[in-house]
Amino acid sequence: MIKIESLGLKKIEGPILMLEKNADVKYDEVVRVFDEKRNSQIGKVLSVNEKSVVVQVFGNTSGLTIKDTSVEFLGIPMTIPVGRDMLGRVFNGLGEPFDGLPQIFTGDYRDVNGAALNPYIREYPRDFIQTGISVIDGLTTLIRGQKLPIFSGNGLPHNVLAAQIARQATLKNATEEFTVVFAGMGVKYDVAKYFIDNFERSGVLSNVVMYLSLADAPSVERLLTPRAALTAAEYLAYDLGMHVLVIMTDMTNYCEALREVSTTRGQIPSRKGYPGYLYSDLASLYERAGRIKNKKGSITQIPILSMPNDDITHPIPDLTGYITEGQIVLERELFQKNVYPPVAGLPSLSRLMKDGIGEGMTREDHKDVSSQLFACYAKVKEIRALASVIGEEELSDLDRKYLDFGNDFENKFLSQGYEENRTIEATLDLAWELLKTLPESELYRINNKYIQKYLHEKG
Amino acid sequence: MSDVVKGIVVDIDGPIVKAINMNTAGMLDVVYVGEKSLVGEIIKLDRGKATIQIYEENSMMGIGDEVVSHKRPLSVLLGPGLLEGIYDGIQRPLMELSRTGGNFLLPGVKADPISFDKKWKFVPIAKKGDLVSAGTKIGYVDETALVRHFIMIPPDTKSGKIDYISGEEDKTVLETVAKLDNGAEIKMAHYWSVRKPRPYKERLSMNRPLITGQRVIDMFFPIARGGTAAIPGGFGTGKTMTQHALAKWSDADIIVYIGCGERGNEMTDVLNEFPHLIDPKSKQPLMKRTILIANTSNMPVAAREVSIYTGVTIAEYFRDMGYNVAIMADSTSRWAEALRELSGRLEEMPAEEGFPAYLPTRLAEFYERAGLIRTANDEEGSISIIGAVSPPGGDFSEPVTQHTKRFIRCFWALDKSLANARHYPSISWLDSYSEYNDEIKEYWNGVDADILNVRAEAMTILKREERLAQIVKLVGPDSLPDSQRLILLVADLLKKGYLQQSAFDEVDMYSTPKKQSLLLKVIMNFYWSSENTLKLGTPLIKIRELGLVDEIAKLKSTVSNDNTEELENYIFKIKDKFDELMKFYKV
Ligand SMILES: Nc1ncnc2c1ncn2[C@@H]1O[C@H](COP(=O)(O)OP(=O)(O)O)[C@@H](O)[C@H]1O
Ligand SMILES: [Mg+2]
Repeated sequence: MIKIESLGLKKIEGPILMLEKNADVKYDEVVRVFDEKRNSQIGKVLSVNEKSVVVQVFGNTSGLTIKDTSVEFLGIPMTIPVGRDMLGRVFNGLGEPFDGLPQIFTGDYRDVNGAALNPYIREYPRDFIQTGISVIDGLTTLIRGQKLPIFSGNGLPHNVLAAQIARQATLKNATEEFTVVFAGMGVKYDVAKYFIDNFERSGVLSNVVMYLSLADAPSVERLLTPRAALTAAEYLAYDLGMHVLVIMTDMTNYCEALREVSTTRGQIPSRKGYPGYLYSDLASLYERAGRIKNKKGSITQIPILSMPNDDITHPIPDLTGYITEGQIVLERELFQKNVYPPVAGLPSLSRLMKDGIGEGMTREDHKDVSSQLFACYAKVKEIRALASVIGEEELSDLDRKYLDFGNDFENKFLSQGYEENRTIEATLDLAWELLKTLPESELYRINNKYIQKYLHEKG
Repeated sequence: MSDVVKGIVVDIDGPIVKAINMNTAGMLDVVYVGEKSLVGEIIKLDRGKATIQIYEENSMMGIGDEVVSHKRPLSVLLGPGLLEGIYDGIQRPLMELSRTGGNFLLPGVKADPISFDKKWKFVPIAKKGDLVSAGTKIGYVDETALVRHFIMIPPDTKSGKIDYISGEEDKTVLETVAKLDNGAEIKMAHYWSVRKPRPYKERLSMNRPLITGQRVIDMFFPIARGGTAAIPGGFGTGKTMTQHALAKWSDADIIVYIGCGERGNEMTDVLNEFPHLIDPKSKQPLMKRTILIANTSNMPVAAREVSIYTGVTIAEYFRDMGYNVAIMADSTSRWAEALRELSGRLEEMPAEEGFPAYLPTRLAEFYERAGLIRTANDEEGSISIIGAVSPPGGDFSEPVTQHTKRFIRCFWALDKSLANARHYPSISWLDSYSEYNDEIKEYWNGVDADILNVRAEAMTILKREERLAQIVKLVGPDSLPDSQRLILLVADLLKKGYLQQSAFDEVDMYSTPKKQSLLLKVIMNFYWSSENTLKLGTPLIKIRELGLVDEIAKLKSTVSNDNTEELENYIFKIKDKFDELMKFYKV
């Protein structure tokens, strides 16, 4: 490896350095930046021309001086070491050990940026993951290889929900466990600790790899954290054949770091100051979920993001929703009604459930039942709005039945315990219990043969 | 003058690279950069300095890397072997690349867009001595069971007499199949610049709908063959599902589906599904008429920009054979964002929301390539373009939606609240429009002489319901008279039993024009009978008790396209039921 050092720093601005070009520099290569005491940190080349080089530092530039800083060009893209020994370990956002143990022993280094998966070689995800949570399994089914984010807000129980999913997720007819890769970006140590304790309790900690760039680490480090985590996930999935569940939290912190760098570079922003390439950048992370033909492993992603002001049209949830295969949206109103998990039924969606549910996968009536529940709950919302204007007394009998249905839906179907693990059959049976309370003529989305079987024969 | 220009890289900023010593290179010429010879295109020339956009991931490109140009524009290769293919934005064959380059798209890997080795059976249709000119069909190969691929004289060839033409023979696309007396050698494949529209004789006015099998589209907001439509909507409102449904069921001869900056799995979905879907007309797999361009969101952004031109150029090529081609571009917003990103790196002055000022011009140029035309062979060919638009926050007032609206004539507005209630397709009947209704009315008159009036009346009911719903929100439905509650009832029936059409329902995913028109008549017959009965004093509740409503709502999935006489019979059933009811209320 050729290492070339350069002095000639011209300017420091936030995490960005401008220096004279007096070495052979490659676009996107890794650099090591030394301060006067030869303490070093990592950076990468953002742009280069004949005269100057722009470098982004993944650390803290506050101690650097123009005169005494030197930069070493490593001639390689940003990589992390990968190996089976990663399991059970904790790393920082750059892939360096964060648990006091030495770096893993391996000769295998992988480019953290990954490469785009050839769309031709993708295997369409169809295996149903039972999370044991009714609203997810029943209405926004998670599929192995899917990217399904949780859209949350400050103080909402997204971590509890993600941990419950990680604990309970199983395939219906398989015994294979999930390996969990966790990327923490700008979160407090308690959050990381919460997940660690959870994994420990369920005895899977030795099957977990963590990449943590906590709230007190330099914000730019967050830009590498999910990339390191996904590089590890790809290795585990496609080299070792594991089924990997990647939890990434909080994507909002990631996006803010990206905005910070972009603003410092004086780039023209699009919405709310976020750079125009936020979509492509997020896609370069989210699209790393999936499955590959002829490969055993898979990568399922559960990114978590907090919606600023609970606003789903904010660029971060908005662009995420445009890339991911659905979204699980948490709602403050339900949370305040003590409903756990407070999943808003209507805006939540799983785009992959269509091929992963039904006969042979979950149950024959699943599609119709979920579609009917959505339709009924939408009606409930309408009637509630009406009731708030004209008063409940003025409602028709049918409308009142819908109101009862809505309450049952929230209190019996949505609500469940942190430890409660329902089978998909239990979830669907519960759905029929609720649908039974409505006149049969309201069940227009359900095939008559299922009405016959599940309403009349069973019930 | 040499045919090769060699320059060197002096500036790299993401996919935008500058090189010097490029004096004799031309604007829009393709270049190969560095050891891996990454593909790029010259997008700006300032004396000897070329600004190049790179179509592959260019991490580790260095200052001083060599830039080579053969002074040819960025082109697509057109010839037998395109169909059933899946390409990236610059027509690299993704299936081939997965064989040679592995699972991931690594920079620098190359493959021929269509096979140079495969032999096709060429069948001549011109003969020695024939005078031919640009566009003339001289032969064909049967490329797939669905498509006869005509071999045409390439557009930039001078006319001349055929000196030699191959007999019925197996040939590769590189072998000569004809020679002209002016020296031109005609092969089965030729290159054409992606940025240059292919010529045709003249534009014709449109007169027939592109039938999509989707009721809300065909019946209420139809697109003409050769027309343009936009389908805007926030995430999860159904843009992609609608585009897929159109790619499956529309009665075009050729489908070019461009996945532009969207999900990889959606392309996989098409690749998995289409070979198993059978075209209702020809009984052949739909894949046999389909070409996919997949430049997904995580693939290089410059190639995303060019992907829609690659798609439309391929479409024009088939149009020139006299085919009706339909293009689905999902999503044009991602293309516009690619423009914005590249423009930003070029440090151009931004207009609205950072988009370059030339965004509307580019959009216009793209949609302008749609149309019904007369080909060089005096046949008709068409390109219909359906572009998805992904407005940030689902807000249609943003620049891409607004500018697109100026250049399309059919607007299928997706409505978030409909999607939330799982009313699919969530095409709003209030915000959508089509300007083609007039041009294609003869077609619908041919299906059923009454249907246009029936349709207009159905639309009136939907609009009246909208106003009544406002009142209901304030005072509840009980205070409305029966005549108005009937409107609510029928509007609800129209929504559930007609406008909603699940893409997953085996019976209902595709509706023939015949079924579309009869189903609407069933619902409206129910309405007319109800209206008459109400006038005679029957309360609405008695009409509900007939039990027709629930049945009618499900007819779309119980009556298949082949059994539409059941719908005709149902109209009689409605009549009988009402006659019976009236007996009680006649004075
Ligand atoms: N015609 C339809 N029939 C049934 N479901 C649909 C239909 N259109 C959309 N959907 C549902 O909506 C989801 C999102 O649709 P999609 O087309 O992917 O949205 P968009 O491209 O606008 O983000 C799909 O996964 C599917 O569940
Ligand atoms: Mg889409």
